[in-house]
Amino acid sequence: MTDGVQFGGYTADGSSPPPSFVVELTEFSGPLDLLLTLIREEQVDIYDIPIARVAEQFLARIRTMALNDAADYLEMAARLLRIKAQMLLPRGDGGEAWDDPRAELVRRLLEYQQMREVVDVLERAGEERRSRFARAYIPLAAAPPEAPLALSLSELLAAVDRILRTTKDPTMHDVIARSVDVPGAITLIRALLALRAHAMWTDLVSRDAEPWQILSTLLGLLEMAKLGECKVLQPRPFANVEITSDAASEAA
Amino acid sequence: MTPLAKLLEAALFASARPIPTDELAALDADASKAAIAAALDEVREHYDVDGHGVELVEIGGGWQILTRAEYTEAIERAQLASRPARLSAAALETLALIAYRQPLGRAEIEEIRGVSVGSVLKSLHERGLIDVVGRGEGMGRPLLYGTTPIFLEYFALRHLEELPRSDELAVALKAEPRPL
Repeated sequence: MTDGVQFGGYTADGSSPPPSFVVELTEFSGPLDLLLTLIREEQVDIYDIPIARVAEQFLARIRTMALNDAADYLEMAARLLRIKAQMLLPRGDGGEAWDDPRAELVRRLLEYQQMREVVDVLERAGEERRSRFARAYIPLAAAPPEAPLALSLSELLAAVDRILRTTKDPTMHDVIARSVDVPGAITLIRALLALRAHAMWTDLVSRDAEPWQILSTLLGLLEMAKLGECKVLQPRPFANVEITSDAASEAA
Repeated sequence: MTPLAKLLEAALFASARPIPTDELAALDADASKAAIAAALDEVREHYDVDGHGVELVEIGGGWQILTRAEYTEAIERAQLASRPARLSAAALETLALIAYRQPLGRAEIEEIRGVSVGSVLKSLHERGLIDVVGRGEGMGRPLLYGTTPIFLEYFALRHLEELPRSDELAVALKAEPRPL
């Protein structure tokens, strides 16, 4: 077997050119399917595959398909070419048994062919079943939806009345709004800074200040710093905060 | 029909899936296995002899009432029911391998089919034809797949043994498939 596989298409030994029709590769379910088809078309013995010829045919077919889809086929093509190369190696003349490089491929092809037989069986059986319908079945909802509420206004009011009468007098709580007073805090800070250019955080917030007052002062201070009315400085963590009136520093 | 045959007929009509014989037997505690079999025969003959549009079929590990094939086209044309989508060649090949060699992992299927089968496995799983039945040894402990009762139903098989044995196939594998 000395004929070469050319990517251009034809072999030098004058074997017939590959069929000229374009093969839709989607008709094959994989490289083994294509290989088996070729072997069948060529009517060659699966145990004695003319690897060079089949490899050439294989390449001719996969050249028609987009390379992106061809990875599985290219892998098989590479395998075929490798087997072809191995076939060209001189075989030992001695009594050593010759390991046919095609053996693994033959095994896989036979395995694949057997699977295809099962596919035929399944296909026929599936077609048989598809041609008949079972009774359509719509499972019931787990719980049927509840009937819409049928209730008159007076019945509803009577129900509310019953509930109110069975409950004790509700305990009333007065909820006092202690809203944060940022504008008030700003006014205070401004007043303080008008008197003295420098102030400390402890001057602004008395020891017994309530949380809302502390919060108001902090927000007011940050707001003023943002507006550029004062500078806020904390020399080190947890130290007292120094507040400097910006107007004062400019005036100074 | 005997009362038992009528009872079985009603149960078969009510069920969406094939009913296994032992579940049919549970309908009547007094009925023997033989009586159930006789009653099933009675229902089947009733449909066949009197000429009904439906027939009683043993399928998917149980019994089911199905419409006769000759009415399928008319029913489908009227859009009263539609046949399930045909399986692709890739899906059939994958199913064939799983049916014979289950539990089977993805790598083995790809080795035999020579193509990657990830998406095929996914769609077969979604259709309920295969299910994960375990995990293999080795790297990554791969998922192993097996066929489901829906597989039997889809192919109108009573059980897996109804598939041809590997030695009945024209090409026998050297590596013997696992016994089913």
